[in-house]
Amino acid sequence: MARERGQLVFLEGLKSAVDVVFQAQKEPHPLQFLREANAGNLKPLFEFVREALKPIDSGEARWTYPVLLVDDLSVLLSLGMGAVAVLDFIHYCRATVCWELKGNMVVLVHDSGDAEDEENDILLNGLSHQSHLILRAEGLATGFCRDVHGQLRILWRRPSQPTVHRDQSFTYQYKIQDKSVSFFAKGMSPAVL
Amino acid sequence: MTPSEGARAGTGRELEMLDSLLALGGLVLLRDSVEWEGRSLLKALVKKSALCGEQVHILGCEVSEEEFREGFDSDINNRLVYHDFFRDPLNWSKTEEAFPGGPLGALRAMCKRTDPVPVTIALDSLSWLLLRLPCTTLCQALHAVSHQDSCPGDSSSVGKVSVLGLLHEELHGPGPVGALSSLAQTEVTLGGTTGQASAHILCRRPRQRPTDQTQWFSILPDFSLDLQEGLSVESQPYSDPHIPPVDPTTHLTFNLHLSKKEREARDSLILPFQFSSEKQQALLRPRPGQATSHIFYEPDAYDDLDQEDPDDDLDI
Repeated sequence: MARERGQLVFLEGLKSAVDVVFQAQKEPHPLQFLREANAGNLKPLFEFVREALKPIDSGEARWTYPVLLVDDLSVLLSLGMGAVAVLDFIHYCRATVCWELKGNMVVLVHDSGDAEDEENDILLNGLSHQSHLILRAEGLATGFCRDVHGQLRILWRRPSQPTVHRDQSFTYQYKIQDKSVSFFAKGMSPAVL
Repeated sequence: MTPSEGARAGTGRELEMLDSLLALGGLVLLRDSVEWEGRSLLKALVKKSALCGEQVHILGCEVSEEEFREGFDSDINNRLVYHDFFRDPLNWSKTEEAFPGGPLGALRAMCKRTDPVPVTIALDSLSWLLLRLPCTTLCQALHAVSHQDSCPGDSSSVGKVSVLGLLHEELHGPGPVGALSSLAQTEVTLGGTTGQASAHILCRRPRQRPTDQTQWFSILPDFSLDLQEGLSVESQPYSDPHIPPVDPTTHLTFNLHLSKKEREARDSLILPFQFSSEKQQALLRPRPGQATSHIFYEPDAYDDLDQEDPDDDLDI
């Protein structure tokens, strides 16, 4: 329904990638870098985002406070983009979505953990430094549990709010249900109480 | 101590810490991490410089100008000269609004000033520049900017320069960080324990030994510093209070030390392959009563029973 109203713009990366690789493109495609041997940057992808956020001229009320959801950035690294190029893309998205249009961004990136992926670490840490809120989802240290699927660490990085103590972090455990997630404090899952 | 004296003392200590960071001039490296962000301290130093009447330039690459100026009152904001490289740092909009040459061009332009007024240049952030510029280029530019007040000949006309560089430690390898560290006159590493931030300050004064100290602090909403008591230590070697020191030489299965008797016995021992004159005499003189030894040998079919020395190298 949101898509019908024009409220949701969805770029399906996988399908779009097939288009750009197997069909000749007249205009620069958002995933143009897949065709280029030495793609330096993700400027076409950013231009797609910026175009999608432009107000429609049909006279309908403009949507305010856009939200950009990116799922997920680690895939761009796997496709050959450098960490700095991906950071530049996010930088420009931040400038447009957050600063210009007063919206928000939610970005998913995977932590390589013990795998020691240097590019992924630069991307992850660079993004963390640009973020005001970091949500770290990880499995339980003790292993798999049917009733507690993992734990979420929340780190606030917005120092200028006097009511929120800066650098505060919380940890919650969660269980994923059909269409929602339920949170509880550590050790307080209804299954174990 | 009366409350007003206490407040003055508190302000005095705050000024002391900020003064020590800004007094030396040159490059001040603020090393922060994801958990302990350093922009607040950068803004506190910017505020201090502005209040001292210095010219303050901000090279803003990471956050918008509004976000950087947030929290400063209008008096401070009027004194800041903001160079915005956040909106379009790579000139993707092709409008040429950005400073030609980008942030590096702006930094190099600051080398050419001739003002006698002391100036503070805040780089937000040095990490942003280091990820996109070659390390050597950046180091050369930083060296030129931060040392222009100590150039021979023209030094009297140019005021003191302080360059405050915000560096996100996790983003760079030890090489670039080491290079920047060697350029810096002062290094501040941010850390802390739950709820309490600390700054480890390393100062390199010319012709003196480097000094380091750790200061616990918090930053108030107006970006003034609130120093915490008690935990400020001077150059202390780090020791974990929770683990008692363990002596690894207890309960060994071998001797690490010799007693006096054992030492004497060891010193008087003759090594088996040391050829002394006594040993030589003993070998040459057959011992009385010693029967000659017999070797019983059953030759194989293929043995060579020739007693002659085939190699001719035995000295018998």
